[in-house]
Amino acid sequence: MTLIVDYDAGNLASVKRACEQVGLAAEFCADPDRLRNAQRVIFPGVGAAGSAMTSVKARGLDEALREVISNGCPVLGICLGMQISLDYSEENDTPTLGLIAGKVSRFRMDRPDLKVPHMGWNEVSVKQPHPVLEDIEAGDEFYFVHGYFPTPRDSSAVLATTDYEGHFASAIGKDSYIGTQFHPEKSGRVGLRLLSNFAQWDGQC
Amino acid sequence: MLSKRVIACLDVRDGHLAKSVKFLNTQNIGDPVEKAHEYYIDGLDELVFYDITASSDKRNIMLDVVEAVASQVFIPLSVGGGIRSVSDATDLRLAGAEKINVNSAAVKRPELIDECSAAIGNQNVVLSMDIRKVAKSSEIPSGYEIVINGGRSPMGLDALAWALEGEKRGAGELVINSIDADGTKDGYEIGLTSMIAKAVRIPVIASGGAGLPEHLYEVLTEGHADAALVASMVHYGDYKVSELKGYLHDQGLKIRMSW
Repeated sequence: MTLIVDYDAGNLASVKRACEQVGLAAEFCADPDRLRNAQRVIFPGVGAAGSAMTSVKARGLDEALREVISNGCPVLGICLGMQISLDYSEENDTPTLGLIAGKVSRFRMDRPDLKVPHMGWNEVSVKQPHPVLEDIEAGDEFYFVHGYFPTPRDSSAVLATTDYEGHFASAIGKDSYIGTQFHPEKSGRVGLRLLSNFAQWDGQC
Repeated sequence: MLSKRVIACLDVRDGHLAKSVKFLNTQNIGDPVEKAHEYYIDGLDELVFYDITASSDKRNIMLDVVEAVASQVFIPLSVGGGIRSVSDATDLRLAGAEKINVNSAAVKRPELIDECSAAIGNQNVVLSMDIRKVAKSSEIPSGYEIVINGGRSPMGLDALAWALEGEKRGAGELVINSIDADGTKDGYEIGLTSMIAKAVRIPVIASGGAGLPEHLYEVLTEGHADAALVASMVHYGDYKVSELKGYLHDQGLKIRMSW
């Protein structure tokens, strides 16, 4: 069973609907014991890093997530769900899960032509081949809504980049974990293809 | 770099698609779910549903429409019309709307913007403004006034001041709808759009008046809009969404061309 981690971080119904569209049966889950036995996990989320981490820890979901990943279970983080996989977020000065070394910073506001949040469709350039990112072609665009962006410490964790205020990591990953800054569930056909790739991924790179 | 967005607006009354010309004499033009899916397949970047249902006992029909659309259309979906409270917004979000548009109720009670953005996040709250050109005065220094009730009630509120207040209160995006241009097919009101787009730091969606592909180009360049809203020009089959996007791309704008 695929579990969508529910930790009061925004509206998760759209993720579930997109999963159903690609034939991936998914259920919401807020119970760490159930999460430990998942076959596949999606970790979505919108909102702020501080309250998200408080909520994840209060439910004991942080330990359960670490455990499933160490067991090689495929995990997909989306947007804020991806951001809290790094060590630290500037948002609310929050120590985060540390699944991937690195930090999350806010877009600077010093260019008047750039609006924050970065909201809309933008290109995703794949930097390292990955089973979940297969079939993404040059020029393919995904839907973004975010004011903060991830910077993994090791470039080996950067799977794809996007150009806004310079290039930032728009997909990151390590072992059986992959995270996207964009929303595949709102990114039309290419987004559904990514979810379909994830549905078939065995967690190996 | 972000692409400029083409957004289609579907006015829905009692669960049916309607298109208003100058907000009067709405005519029924089809099934909103079918139309939404057709545009999605043809490369639309975002959808807006505007509920113009008059009677409150029929408002739940809209939730069914949103739910049906959200299960087959995987692009951002925005819904407006009659949102008066956080609970209206939350109901629509649960049905599958990404963003909610507030309009008249926010003019009457501006705190609605703060409340909605606190509850569902700034980026999901769109302030939609219906605007009419008037003589400049001390009350309306920009020469553009906020109106409600489909343009029938002038509110004595300056459009530029209201846009800035909306941004400050936590709106994540603005829809600039010119009542004068709406339904005319003579083009967007460029001066109005550009004036507001240059004054705020949040994305601006231009609305009202699109009749030709050139009008979209004009408002996305000269008008400084981040997105162009279209309605009748695609609803009646005069243009396809893909055709509009192809045109804008050929003119050199950054547009999402693979879908």
